[in-house]
Amino acid sequence: MEINKQDALFEFVLRIADDSLILGHRISEWCGHGPILEEDIALTNIALDFVGQATNFYDYAAKVEGKCRTADDLAFLRFEREYKNVLLVEQPNGHFGDTIARQFFFDVFRKLFFEELAKSTDEELAGIAEKSLLETKYHLRHSSEWMIRLGDGTEESHAKIQESVDTLWRYTGELFFSNEVDALLLNEKIGVDIAALKRPWEKQVREILGEATIEIPAHAWQQAGGRTGVHSEHLGYLLTELQYMQRAYPGMEW
Amino acid sequence: MVSEKEIWQLLEQVSDPEIPVLTVVDLGVVRTVEWIDNEYVITITPTYSGCPAMQYIEKGIAEVLTDKGFDFKIVTTLSPAWTTDWLTKEGREKLNKYGIAPPVDEGDKSVLFGPPIVVPCPLCGSENTKMISQFGSTACKAHWQCKDCLEPFDYFKCLR
Repeated sequence: MEINKQDALFEFVLRIADDSLILGHRISEWCGHGPILEEDIALTNIALDFVGQATNFYDYAAKVEGKCRTADDLAFLRFEREYKNVLLVEQPNGHFGDTIARQFFFDVFRKLFFEELAKSTDEELAGIAEKSLLETKYHLRHSSEWMIRLGDGTEESHAKIQESVDTLWRYTGELFFSNEVDALLLNEKIGVDIAALKRPWEKQVREILGEATIEIPAHAWQQAGGRTGVHSEHLGYLLTELQYMQRAYPGMEW
Repeated sequence: MVSEKEIWQLLEQVSDPEIPVLTVVDLGVVRTVEWIDNEYVITITPTYSGCPAMQYIEKGIAEVLTDKGFDFKIVTTLSPAWTTDWLTKEGREKLNKYGIAPPVDEGDKSVLFGPPIVVPCPLCGSENTKMISQFGSTACKAHWQCKDCLEPFDYFKCLR
């Protein structure tokens, strides 16, 4: 498929923005439900960072698209198939260990990704990446510490987090999805060589999981689809809640 | 037209809604004030991407400048990213007096097993303190406790 630079850039930015929004929304569901007060506050703070980052990327995506859509239009008024986030971030919160494992896999990826994106020749993208990277380091530390605490904790916490890892592992391969969009932008020195992030990602994940006495699943099966708009059932329910106000009261503002 | 210095002085009247003891100038959120094409261009930068205080800060700046009848434009920029190194010396002192420990020099956040940092208690000055949670009441703060006077306190965490 032939794709021009503007369309490729719009798609590329949208993927980053959708990952941020959907995961931010997921984590925000913990508000008022955290296992302890400090953790409730930690998760809502992280959710806020993600939604803030999403806003910056949507603003830019809207500008790149140039069709008079706003960041809010992109966030609230698209259909399920138009969202390009990876399947991992839309998976339900489950128990606390499920949320932490999902977060950990994503944070390791995000840090590596933003480190590269901060070198982009596209100054706006590099700027948002540079800003977001500082926050991502905090998130990664938080999720890594919890992986170790839960994995190397009690028999029960170990069994639960091992199960979370076993369940979510199949969604981690999609983090490294790339197609002609990425190839074109990489050529222009705007994008990121996403496939090249896989090795350092695995290395860092192995280090922490080793420390946490968690085993990497033996099964190799990987499920993908989100980047091309083919989502798991969970996204529809999430969007119903996320978009409710704008669908019920179009154009409403706080 | 007045000097840019006078605009800076006006901006010192705008405080952070979440930490009212700090002005937007103390915080390092105002980057530049310039006179371009018959208006003042105020460039600001957010502390954290999702910081809800930014909208109020922008409104606060617009209010003081409108009150004085200035023509102006507020521009937001993300790069270079705000770091706590931009908190002014006065800002740090104000924070400490207010009961929030100012940021101390921290290494790379993503290093898990680095040496622990020492954050003196803003209430009794003791260095015998511990972190309760990396995340606090706002995006920019962590939650600490003093092991001597036992008081909990906020720590304005290092971001860089």
